[in-house]
Amino acid sequence: MGPSGSGKSTLLHCLAGILPPDGGSVTFDGARIDDLGEGDRSRLRRTAFGFVFQFGQLVPELSALENVSLPLLLNGVRRSVAEAAAAEWFPRLGLDGMERRRPGEMSGGQSQRVAVARALVTEPSVVFADEPTGALDTIAGEQVMELLTSAAARQNASVLLVTHEARVAAFAQREIVVRDGRVSGSAR
Amino acid sequence: MSVPHALLGLLEREPHHGYDLKRLFDAYFAPDRPLAYAQVYSTLARMEGRGQVRLEGVERVDGPDRRRFAITTDGHLELERWLSEPLVPEPHLQAALFTKVVLAILSGRPVEPLVDAERHAHLERMRELTAIRRAGALQVALLADYCLFHLEADLRWLDVTAARVDELRAQILTVKEDR
Repeated sequence: MGPSGSGKSTLLHCLAGILPPDGGSVTFDGARIDDLGEGDRSRLRRTAFGFVFQFGQLVPELSALENVSLPLLLNGVRRSVAEAAAAEWFPRLGLDGMERRRPGEMSGGQSQRVAVARALVTEPSVVFADEPTGALDTIAGEQVMELLTSAAARQNASVLLVTHEARVAAFAQREIVVRDGRVSGSAR
Repeated sequence: MSVPHALLGLLEREPHHGYDLKRLFDAYFAPDRPLAYAQVYSTLARMEGRGQVRLEGVERVDGPDRRRFAITTDGHLELERWLSEPLVPEPHLQAALFTKVVLAILSGRPVEPLVDAERHAHLERMRELTAIRRAGALQVALLADYCLFHLEADLRWLDVTAARVDELRAQILTVKEDR
């Protein structure tokens, strides 16, 4: 948590291996990841991490099913297997019948639920979520958080969430406050 | 609003008459809802009974006797306890939170640890309410929502205050303590 411009998204990007930190180190599963090459970090992001961003960042030309399948395809899974695995997520997330719709044909809340499925379909260890409800109304936002946290818990995945909304932060088990680029308060 | 703690905070700086305390209280904490003189004196009497303040002297200045009060060691301890412990989060805490922030500034205490402790306490309560609403029927969820929205408003106020604390400090420290 933290005010706009405090550095919380930058911290998330460093932890996720998207940005190299200016100082310090990032350790995942007992090994440093900040000194890995871009290829290794990219592989780690595809296999061990999932991502949900504020505006979903779904590929607009692809159907919802193809969007959810995409991370599996990038990991070399056969299309038929990837699409079968992706299809299992639609009833779980209340998206029955939405498989063939494109992002432009879905509401913001539905798109974010597809983004949640895409983040979790590879069964990652950590899901990084940057303001995942920032573009949604209160009820749609809570549905997304409910689905994200319960699905991640079923898969034993951790969720690292950036938000400025206290109601969203209350879904987390602990908070870390970032102010002026520094961790200001952290409590379990 | 915790009037006794606000008075302890004012007395921690220096001893005051009840008359001064009322004026300072109004200037710092309640410019729109002045405190009644009777409430100042009855509160001071209760605090004296609890050993948190003591009568330091009686003076006569153009009128009735003025009793000057000073904070005691027990009063210091009680103020320290109240400032360092987060309030039990519940709706409509703003007045008490505001008093804490102003007292921290007046006494030169850092504001950020206070804000962080209050934020953590609020989020703890919000986690409990979120767990209740996730497990409960809609009517329970809506009741929990009522509390969650109020707690969220408190937190937003805390964040705005934390962001403007330097500005607030500059304004508060220029309040004239006319006697």
